[in-house]
Amino acid sequence: MSTTTELPPGVQFQTDANRTTADEPRRAAVRKALGNYSTARGKTEKTFSSWQHAREAASEVKFEAVNHLDRYLREFEEKFTARGGKVFWASNGAQAREYILDLAREKGVKSIVKSKAMTGEEIHLNPALEKEGYEVIESDLGELIQQLMKEPPYHFVFPCMHLKREEIGELFQRELGSEPTTNPEELTMIARRFLRRHFANADMGISGGNFIVAETGMISITENEGNARLTAGLPKIHVALVGIEKVVPKLKDLALLLPMLATAGTGQHLTGYNTMYGGPRMPGENDGPEEFHVVLLDNHRTRLLADAEQRDALHCIRCGACLNVCPIFKNIGGHAYGTTYQGPIGSVITPHFRGLQDWKHLSGASSLCGACTEACPVKIDIHHHLLQNRRNAVAEKKVWWERLIWAGYVWLMKRRWAYLIAVRLAPLGQAIHPLVLGTELDPVRAWTATRDFPEAAPKSFHDWWRDRKAVRK
Amino acid sequence: MKGDRELILGRIAEALRVPAPRHHESHGNAAAGASVAFREWLPPVGEEKQDQVGLFARLSETLRTEFRECATAEEAASQIATLAQDGNWKCIALHSGKLIDAVAAKLPSTVTLLNVDQGYEKNALEACDAGFTECESLVAQTGSVCITNPSSGGRALSVLPPHHIVVATRAQMAPDLSAAYDRLAEKYPNGYPSFISFITGPSRTGDIERILVLGAHGPKRLTVLLLP
Repeated sequence: MSTTTELPPGVQFQTDANRTTADEPRRAAVRKALGNYSTARGKTEKTFSSWQHAREAASEVKFEAVNHLDRYLREFEEKFTARGGKVFWASNGAQAREYILDLAREKGVKSIVKSKAMTGEEIHLNPALEKEGYEVIESDLGELIQQLMKEPPYHFVFPCMHLKREEIGELFQRELGSEPTTNPEELTMIARRFLRRHFANADMGISGGNFIVAETGMISITENEGNARLTAGLPKIHVALVGIEKVVPKLKDLALLLPMLATAGTGQHLTGYNTMYGGPRMPGENDGPEEFHVVLLDNHRTRLLADAEQRDALHCIRCGACLNVCPIFKNIGGHAYGTTYQGPIGSVITPHFRGLQDWKHLSGASSLCGACTEACPVKIDIHHHLLQNRRNAVAEKKVWWERLIWAGYVWLMKRRWAYLIAVRLAPLGQAIHPLVLGTELDPVRAWTATRDFPEAAPKSFHDWWRDRKAVRK
Repeated sequence: MKGDRELILGRIAEALRVPAPRHHESHGNAAAGASVAFREWLPPVGEEKQDQVGLFARLSETLRTEFRECATAEEAASQIATLAQDGNWKCIALHSGKLIDAVAAKLPSTVTLLNVDQGYEKNALEACDAGFTECESLVAQTGSVCITNPSSGGRALSVLPPHHIVVATRAQMAPDLSAAYDRLAEKYPNGYPSFISFITGPSRTGDIERILVLGAHGPKRLTVLLLP
C-alpha cells in the first residue's frame, strides 16, 4: 500500500484516497481498532474528576510555553548544558541530519538503534544515515514493521494499525527468516529477540521526545514497550531529536500532561514507561550514555508560530486522538495524506511546514464536523484552522475558474428574469445529461462518479405557488 | 558544527510580537511563569493510606502488575523464592539498598545474585532471570512505580531482565504524580538524577491488530512487593 509520491500532492491525495476508500476490508479493520480505542478512552476519561477542566488546564500549560517559547528554550538549554548535555539548534532537516551524521563519524559509530521519533520521519533521517553506511534499526515494534515493509507509518501513534497479523507473519518470515506464525504474541517475541541483539551492539541510540522540561533541563519520553529506555540506556551516545514546540515550563506540568497524553492517545491511565532524561551518565551512576545530545528542530515551526491565529496548533502533544475520531481518517486511512503527520492536525500544520498551495487540499478534505476539536486534550481549535487554511489559500492565490463560477452565480441571482429562465431550462438540461453522464463533458462528473444527481422537480416552486393561489381563489 | 541558535531565537521573538488570541476563556492562572492548578481535576485518590494502597492494588490488576503485600522481609524473600523455584531461575540481578539487603539475605542459596552497583556486563545482566530493585515511590492514582538511577540500580537493571521485582514500603505510597515529583524535589535539592521513570505495568505493545502483548522489549512480568 505504498503512496504515489511522485505525483503532485493534490493529485496523489485524490488518487490514493480513491484507492483506499475502495478497500472495504481494511477500512473495516481500522474502524474496529478505533472502536476499541474509543471504548477504552471513554472509560479512562470518566475516571477524571473533570476531564473538561483538565483539558483547559493542559491548554493553559501549553499556551504559556508556546507563547514564551524563546524564554523556555533558553532555560532548557542552560539547565541541560549545566548537566553535561549538548544542545544543537537546527533550522531545518538538512542541518539536523548533518549534525547527527557528523557526530556518528566523529565517534566512530557503526550501528544505530532508533526509538520512535516522528521528527526522524519528518527530516528523513534513516535514509540519510543509511546512505552513509550506518545500519539503523527501528526498535518500536510498529515502526520496525513499517521499516521492514518499506513504507511510512500509517498513523503517528499506531504505525502499523492497518496491517493484519497474517501480513506481519509473512513479513517476518521473509525479512527476518522467522518460523511462520500469525500469533501476535509469537510475532512480538520474534521482534524482541531480533532487537535485543541490536540493542547489545548499537553504539548510538536516537530517540524523539514528548516533552522538553525547561525548569530542570530534561527530555521526557513516553512509550509502552521499553524500547526507548533501552535506546537511551545502553548505547554510549544518546541523541534526542525534538521539535522546539515540545517545551513545558515546569517538571510538575508533566503530572498533568502525562495522564492526558495516555488517556487521549490510547485510553491508558498512564503509558507503560514515562521517562525523564536529564543528561548523560552522572558521576556516581552505574550506567547510562557517555554523551547526550538534544537536537532542537525548527523546520518551519517558527512559520506556524508567526501565524498568531493558528499558533495553538503548536500546543499539539501528538496523542493522535484527532485521527482516531476523524471520519475522513477512518475512510481514507493514514497513507493517503502523504504527510508525516496524518489526520486533522496534520492537515492543519502541513501547509505551514511544506507550503499552503501544495497542501491546501488537505484542509478541503474535511466535513468540519469538529470531532477532532472535541477530542483534543489541549483544546486546539482544529476544525476552525482547517477553515482558516481554506480562506488563506484563496486569499493568497485566487482560482480563476472558481471566481468565474461565483461571478456567474452572482450575476444570475441578481436578475430575476435570468434566474427564471435558468429554472425553466433545468429539466431540459437534465434530459440531455445522460448523453454526457460520466464523460469529460459532464459538468458535475465529480458528483455523479459516486452519487446520483438529484432530479429537478417537474414544476418550479414559483409555478406551484401561483397555481395553488389560483385554486384557492 | 555550529547551529542556528540565534537565528531560531530571533525568528521566535519576531513571531511572538503578535499576541495569540485565546480560543477559550482563561482561568486566570496563566500569568507568565505561574504554575497551572490541575490536581483537583485528575482521577480522585483517597486521603487515607489504606485507600491509596487499595487503588494501587485495583489498578495493578488491570495493568497485570503482580502486587503483594508482605508483612516482613522474610515473607518478601519467600515470595521471590517461590517465583525463582517456579521459573527455575539461576540468577537475580540487584543493587544494594536497605530493603533489598534485608530481603536478599533471606533468599535461598540456589540462585546466584549479580550486584550491578559497580557496573555490569550487558550480556550478563541480560542473561539474568530477574532484576530486583527498590524505588523512589509508588503512585496510587496511576498504579505506577517511580524509579531513578540511585534508587533502583541504574537505567538497565529494571528493563533488561525479563522479570522486574520491586520492593517498597507503605510510606513510599504517594497519592499522585504531583506528590511523587514533590518527593523527588525534596530528596534531590541539589540536582535530580539523570534518569527518572514512571513504570506502569509490565512492558506492553498493542501494535499488532491492537491486541495486548506483554513483554515487548522490557520485562514480561512486574512484581511489586509492599512491606509495612
